[in-house]
Amino acid sequence: MTHATTVAAATNENLAHVSNVLIYSAMAVYLLAFFALMAEWLFGSRSKVARTAAALTTAGEAGAGAEGGAKAAAPAVTVRSQGGTATLERPKAAPAVVTRAAAGSRDVPDGPGAAAGDEQGDLYGRIAVSLIGLGFLVEAAGVVTRALSVERAPWGNMYEFNITFSTVAVGVFLALLALKKNVRWIGLPLITTILLDLGLAVTVLYTDSDQLVPALHSYWLWIHVSTAIFCGAAFYVGAVSTAAYLFKDSYEAKLQRGGTPGRFATSVMERLPASASLDKFTYRMNAAIFPLWTFTIIAGAIWAGDAWGRYWGWDPKEVWSFITWVAYACYLHARATAGWKGRKAAYLALIAFGCWLFNYYGVNIFVSGKHSYAGV
Amino acid sequence: MSDTKTNPRGDERSDLGEAGAQLSTAPQEESAGAVPALGVLGWFRWCWRQLTSMRVALLLLLLLSLGAIPGSLIPQQGTDELKVQDFKDTHTTLAPLYEKLGLFHVYSSVWFSAIYILLFVSLIGCIVPRTWQFVGQLRGRPPAAPKRLTRLPAYTTWRTDASPEQVDEAALALLKRRRFRSHRVGGAVSAEKGYLREAGNLIFHVALIVMLIAFAAGQLFKSEGGKLIMEGDGFSNTLTQYDDFKSGNLFDIADLEPFSFKLDRFEGSYEVTGPQRGTARTFKAHVTYTEGADGPEKKKVVEVNKPLEINGTKAYLVGHGYAPKVTVRDGRGKVVYSASVPLLPIDSMGTATGAIKVLDGYRDKNGKPEQLGFNAFFVPTFAGDGMGQMFSQFPAPINPRLALSAYHGSLGVDSGVPQNVYQLDTRKMQKFKDANGELFKKRLKIGETMKLPNGAGSVTFERELKQWASFQISQEPGSGWALGGAVAAIAGLAGSLFIQRRRVWVRAQRGADGVTVVEMAGLGRSESAKVAEELAALAAELHDRAPSAPEAEPGTESEPGTEPESDPAPKADPKPKPDPQPEAAAAGSGTDGTAATDAPGPAAEDADDSAAEAAADGPAAKGSAPSGKGAPAPPSGTDPAPETTDPTPDVVPAEGAEK
Ligand code: HEM
Repeated sequence: MTHATTVAAATNENLAHVSNVLIYSAMAVYLLAFFALMAEWLFGSRSKVARTAAALTTAGEAGAGAEGGAKAAAPAVTVRSQGGTATLERPKAAPAVVTRAAAGSRDVPDGPGAAAGDEQGDLYGRIAVSLIGLGFLVEAAGVVTRALSVERAPWGNMYEFNITFSTVAVGVFLALLALKKNVRWIGLPLITTILLDLGLAVTVLYTDSDQLVPALHSYWLWIHVSTAIFCGAAFYVGAVSTAAYLFKDSYEAKLQRGGTPGRFATSVMERLPASASLDKFTYRMNAAIFPLWTFTIIAGAIWAGDAWGRYWGWDPKEVWSFITWVAYACYLHARATAGWKGRKAAYLALIAFGCWLFNYYGVNIFVSGKHSYAGV
Repeated sequence: MSDTKTNPRGDERSDLGEAGAQLSTAPQEESAGAVPALGVLGWFRWCWRQLTSMRVALLLLLLLSLGAIPGSLIPQQGTDELKVQDFKDTHTTLAPLYEKLGLFHVYSSVWFSAIYILLFVSLIGCIVPRTWQFVGQLRGRPPAAPKRLTRLPAYTTWRTDASPEQVDEAALALLKRRRFRSHRVGGAVSAEKGYLREAGNLIFHVALIVMLIAFAAGQLFKSEGGKLIMEGDGFSNTLTQYDDFKSGNLFDIADLEPFSFKLDRFEGSYEVTGPQRGTARTFKAHVTYTEGADGPEKKKVVEVNKPLEINGTKAYLVGHGYAPKVTVRDGRGKVVYSASVPLLPIDSMGTATGAIKVLDGYRDKNGKPEQLGFNAFFVPTFAGDGMGQMFSQFPAPINPRLALSAYHGSLGVDSGVPQNVYQLDTRKMQKFKDANGELFKKRLKIGETMKLPNGAGSVTFERELKQWASFQISQEPGSGWALGGAVAAIAGLAGSLFIQRRRVWVRAQRGADGVTVVEMAGLGRSESAKVAEELAALAAELHDRAPSAPEAEPGTESEPGTEPESDPAPKADPKPKPDPQPEAAAAGSGTDGTAATDAPGPAAEDADDSAAEAAADGPAAKGSAPSGKGAPAPPSGTDPAPETTDPTPDVVPAEGAEK
């Protein structure tokens, strides 16, 4: 008999168990963070702000009742910190730079954030951010121990993919906060979905820790999957802000038309950044990630070339990566195409993220292809 | 949707005059409704313009993504023939319709091809003019300052004792040092930076074309074949050696790369415990290969992700299985067959089936030549007797069993119809019968021998269990180009999305009181906080060279709401009114006309126009005395002075990755 079968090393069950405990702990911490975020929004609702309406009416008066594009001509050489409108003062006696909003955008200030200046709300907000930071560390430890327990990258199946994905999404959020971006308001929608994602992971998708089938042994896997996860996490943050943009934009439009939005809508919307800021943030997220997503697909093609002997074979996963890529290219084009900016582009951005989601969940669950391996 | 929030590019630009033009090479949108009036040529040009417009490119992109969807949901011929057949069998009404629509081969269907061919025609039609325009912009110079710098997205001003000439000199030096392309035109310094953005964008779109061509070429010239090799056997790359072979339309047999290799040993390891017991962990095919007709022998381990690569031809490990060695003897004990028989796995645990065919040499007990056939069923790890069906429990050969059922007669191999070596055609064969008159079957342990009924001979399952590995040998020219295109695409994309193209103008003019008023303004292709930051940094540096005049207050903030807006420029007007006598005005004011006029194409016109406007503006600006507050009176009396209503400038707008 010439067969030579070496027996693979048993996985370290102990570490796998530690990992599970850490993931559950992270969920508990996120749950606390979720309550703190709720408290922040609740306390924030005490302060009555109506900056948007005020800004729109003053702009309206100054613009001599002109609508739409005429606002371009508003005397908005102000120092308001609306999307792109900011003053940057230099030290010494250097002159101040005055910026003005682009033609055609509403001159609306950014909202003050979930706490809306309420001290108690702000305290809860800070607690929430600290808890999210803690949850991130715990969850990251869970992912790392999982990786150690299987002695490979922690993305061999959908359970591992999910826990890694949510860790990275929280990481992106924290990184944006650390970069002093105005993203604290994303906390609540983000943590809500992170909890759902983890809940799904530990119940439906759970797979015992194990090693990979040979097709998954490749350093291109590291590159391809890690960038895919990162892109997804960043696209997700972009999608949340797109959705917020759509709400805020209709809110502003309603005010502009002279309508009175409901109390709840007013309370929430007044605290979000201006629609122009949200729109720009979305664009920057998506534009920054698009090249990386392109790279992800190419890395995947290289891996497919090594594993299956063809770099592109229209496998469902490949098809959906391609569709996602084209959808984001549509979004970017829409931004550069007259008549497609604003809401239409935002819808495209949402569709594009929908494609990403379908590629991740839908294709694994509903469509069979070469991308299904261990467990799910 | 398009009324209040969106603002076509044209409007934005009209606001800034020609200074904002040419910041990108994106085509200007024209309304789709503008139907041509002229005959065939007019129609043709209209269609071409539509096809190459951004709107149609967007629609085609949308169509492309929509069109790709069915292929992921409906089984595709190239990927999974079995499923296609299955689908056709179960959906008898739908299938013919799908067939007609090409839905079983979406990615090579007429309509899908039409979408991407149109898209790429559009792409080429877009790239060519944009490239020319870009070359024109590179050869031209940044356009002159607009009349009113206060109207630009970022603006700053101060008064200084330095003379306008000194300020201009300092500004030019500063901007050149910061790698701006800058020159003095129309009484102001114009500078521009970030041309790489446009270059990156063009590279990206060109790279898309390169990738498509490489992909198409790969499909046309590729070859792909499969070969099953037993441990100890070899393969050399000629057409006859393949088990199956397919190639693109333009493939030539002479293109087959000469090489050969031998499978020394195959090695697999599997998970032994846990719920995924039996899942494969590593597969290794140890091979010895030679390049060319008779090169030196080299050794290599081929793994799933690590093909053997020889000059662009790759041999991938795609499958493996067992080949039990079987010896057949006739009634007199003479060996008539002895070979390792490759069996095809039917599950992941190594359960395998196949056929053993004894073609010649066998004579029955009467001495009559006859053929023998056996259906073979093999498991590497047998569960144990009485454990239900014979399916393998583990993929490694821990307790192998070979079950055989025996036939004799004619194998039907000379009928001219190609035969599947793994299947027995029993139409012209008779069963060997056991004592009950049933088909004679037996399950053999390794080393065991079974006797055929009535002294017809014996079959031995030898103690030599070989493995085989199957390889896919493929050659796809153009994949290097595809990869190169992909890398260029990413680089171009990064340039296109991360580099900001922006312009800066510096205008220094002596006010009525003899003090120089410096104005600086910045404009980006899209508004970005970076433009203002950069302008602030530039202003700070220039300010060092031309410090504020003593009486001017630092910070130069004017009172809020000084003058209400009463902009005379109507929004409906897409372009500023042309200056009635641009040439005369430009010449009269003695501006740097040469720089503007030597610029070719549209860039030259822009520069000319705005130079003229700026020049015409000059005297008016000089006439109005700057206010004592430090801010100069705006060059146009109707334009508002900057106002600062909010004293907290530290709130910087949210931004993600910088554009
Ligand atoms: C087929 C016709 C096409 C045309 C006419 C076209 C045209 C353009 C133009 C003019 C821009 C620059 C926009 C600007 O400067 O703001 C642009 C940007 C871009 N194009 Fe295309 N393109 C085409 C096809 C494609 C395709 C097939 C893709 C990829 C799937 C693509 C992806 C992009 C991307 C990602 C950008 C950058 C967007 C930005 O700068 O914001 N384009 N395209």
